Amino acid sequence: MIPVEKVITRNWGTPQSHTLESYRRSGGYRALKKALEMTPEQVTNEVKKSNLRGRGGAGFYTGLKWSFVPKGGPKPKYIAVNADESEPGTFKDRYILEKDPHMLLEGIAISAYALNCHQVYIYTRGEFKMQADVVDVAIAEAYREGIFGPRMLGKEYPLDVYQVRGAGAYICGEETGLIESLEGKKGWPRLKPPFPAVVGLFGSPTVVNNVETLANVPAIIERGGEWFAALGTEKSGGTRLICLSGSVNRPGVYEVSMKTTVRDLIYDAELGQGMPPGRTVKAVIPGGTSAPVLAADEIDVELEFEALKAKNTMAGSGGVIVMDDSTCVVRCLWRIARFYAEESCGQCTPCREGTPWQARILRRIEEGNGEASDVEILLNVATAIAPFPPIGLGNTICALGDAAALPVHSFVQKFRPEFERHIELGRCPFSERPWGHFGGGRA
Amino acid sequence: MTSAPFSPEERARFDLELDKILTHFPADRKGAAMLPALHLLQSIKGWVAPEGLRYVAEKLEVSKERAFEVATFYTLFHTEKPGKYVIDVCTNLSCSLWGAEKLLAHLEKKLQLRAGESSERWTLRETECLASCGTAPCLQINLQHHESLTLARVDEIIERLP
Repeated sequence: MIPVEKVITRNWGTPQSHTLESYRRSGGYRALKKALEMTPEQVTNEVKKSNLRGRGGAGFYTGLKWSFVPKGGPKPKYIAVNADESEPGTFKDRYILEKDPHMLLEGIAISAYALNCHQVYIYTRGEFKMQADVVDVAIAEAYREGIFGPRMLGKEYPLDVYQVRGAGAYICGEETGLIESLEGKKGWPRLKPPFPAVVGLFGSPTVVNNVETLANVPAIIERGGEWFAALGTEKSGGTRLICLSGSVNRPGVYEVSMKTTVRDLIYDAELGQGMPPGRTVKAVIPGGTSAPVLAADEIDVELEFEALKAKNTMAGSGGVIVMDDSTCVVRCLWRIARFYAEESCGQCTPCREGTPWQARILRRIEEGNGEASDVEILLNVATAIAPFPPIGLGNTICALGDAAALPVHSFVQKFRPEFERHIELGRCPFSERPWGHFGGGRA
Repeated sequence: MTSAPFSPEERARFDLELDKILTHFPADRKGAAMLPALHLLQSIKGWVAPEGLRYVAEKLEVSKERAFEVATFYTLFHTEKPGKYVIDVCTNLSCSLWGAEKLLAHLEKKLQLRAGESSERWTLRETECLASCGTAPCLQINLQHHESLTLARVDEIIERLP
């Protein structure tokens, strides 16, 4: 394992790590104190220097995003914290919320100060009831201790932080869908531009940042942007939380150097501890199900934004899902396709109509009813939603269309003979155990 | 849908809590409190009952159609009365790679329900990723996570519910 200083997970092993008292003992809220002695511009500049990139999926530079918010103007500025962690294979933000909510709250306070924002909404996915309860207690602690409220650590700076729970809709993790939901509506994404930094919540400038992204901010202010940048690669600062799941001996969340390769993540004794007995890697999704899949011969790639982009895939949300050589990739893709069909919001025709169509064709192939032309039809449907490569050509308002089409394009491109074999045989060649080594469940 | 009006006590509790919620939104944007208000309604009535939904719309000064649109867009709002226990079984990729389909089939047999169906006691649903992929397979019962499940463990959890 490449040694790297732990930033986000450093308190997770401490008992009662979720309390303000524990967070303070570990040096918590020192960075906020330091930030309040700086100008808002200096805080933003430090974040720019850090090369911090969004940890929710798109990997956009956080400091740059902040700098798009107009200075001055009559409208209030808002921060919407994206705690709607719903990308399949992703389970890191929930642990930040559970184990160290004050690291997030300190990041929120510093970011609000930098952006001249006095109202923050934390949008937490509805299924995270327990996590939301932990966060609400932490918010109440922060009010009691004079961190939120009319003054911030003694300095006159009114700040209200309020948590809103979502109610079960993947689309609300998309930043404009999230904003619509915060306005009390169904989560239909908005056409961009204008971008939320200019016209967002209630028509006002709004920054939408992911939980892990904001949790990095206190360390950046305390230790400096250059220190943070040096933890990462040339173009991506800091460490990264990686969520490892699927057919691997030790699934879990690991804070790693972005120079760590997918192969090392799977096989390192301190990380995934390798494949189950007798099994080899067949396919790996490197950044949540929306990210194009990697074949076994492509896993010597670093878990970093630019490196994965160069492989025509993406670092996404850090959800790495491993499939072993005894897994049916058609079955896997069918399940992924069902997810997007279920979660398409219905606004854009290519996605609304295309996603269930993809799922129906895949079902037909997997159940042995596929026809010779089905693979081409499947690719045509995917192309109508979003052509590939490169990523980002989608014919829809938001990236859910791309996210639904990319797995189809990439699975077919890399495993086409397996799709064709299903059609030739008229059945799934893995029909006894389509889900691979652990697919029978835990003993 | 059967109607389920508020009792005076329930209404008082709803009004009190809603007033607190509204302090966090701009005064001219009451409609923004729709999700918190629907969660509140559901926590009081057990579901988004039609009369309650009309009351939410009235309080937030939006049309009842808008309130209904929102309530039906999100899967966690029950616009029909669910069973006493709502069981959401994740069958997304990471959970299926650890036996989720078998788990769901086991529950369908045990509860005598197909996914999507309800009885007085149970609502059984197949759901999307619950962010427990490292501790798969998982399910939620009334929004409480249960992780790293075996069939035996699920039986134990189900049988212990009051």
